[in-house]
Amino acid sequence: MLMRPTATLAALFFVSTSPLALAAEKPTDPQIAHIAYTAGTIDIEAAKLAIKKSKNKEVVDFAKDMERDHEAVNKQALDLVKKLKVTPEDNDTSKALAKAAKEERAKLAKLKGAAFDKAYIDNEVAYHKQVDGALETLLIPSASNAELKSLLETGLKIFQGHEQHAEHVAGMLK
Amino acid sequence: MRPLLLAPMLATVLIASPALAATIEVTIDKLVFSPASVQAKIGDTIEWTNQDILAHTATVKGGWDVMIPAKSKGKVTLKAAGTVDYFCRFHPNMKGRVEVTP
Repeated sequence: MLMRPTATLAALFFVSTSPLALAAEKPTDPQIAHIAYTAGTIDIEAAKLAIKKSKNKEVVDFAKDMERDHEAVNKQALDLVKKLKVTPEDNDTSKALAKAAKEERAKLAKLKGAAFDKAYIDNEVAYHKQVDGALETLLIPSASNAELKSLLETGLKIFQGHEQHAEHVAGMLK
Repeated sequence: MRPLLLAPMLATVLIASPALAATIEVTIDKLVFSPASVQAKIGDTIEWTNQDILAHTATVKGGWDVMIPAKSKGKVTLKAAGTVDYFCRFHPNMKGRVEVTP
């Protein structure tokens, strides 16, 4: 049986970019804190790469917005876990997220110019969508501490905003 | 005689001044403009107080674009009548509206 190459690619892409779908069990608060922090760090790393590589003003501005917002949110998250005396705990979801992000960065590092810009922004749209889904269906419902839940809910609004912002930039690149 | 002279002068100043312009306060908390919709007159100022740790903007497509830094304020003085929808450029899911009457 022949599989169309695009379908194969799509299947691979889905697997490699959906580490959050792997979480079978309900994560604990220390794990949720780790996942949320990792998700933010990944976007900061991607932004730094884009700021270094892109020559497109819209793309660089967008990346700077991502870097600034996620650094602010991660700082707030660290302050909260300190206050709650929670130690973020590494877990399979965090590990899968970090692994997928490393692969994505390696892929992006090889691209240049318009091809880089498009790949970075498309990934930003997909990545934020994926994190939105995880926050809505898994992380927010699983969080037991009210302050952590509230931070995640604000985080969801931020990520949804970023997704729309990324879609706007993607539209301008066409 | 001086106090007597002051009265007509004061009256002239009061008559010559335009109607007092108002400042309308809008708060931003957790990515929400509140109140989301405000009414104002030309010459009034909208002042946003941002309680978030994130920078926001109040932007009208083809119109004003106000930067509102984290834990800070931003303002605009309204110059034209009409209803305008604004949003945050950094988080386009944040939306607000100003109805400006002459």
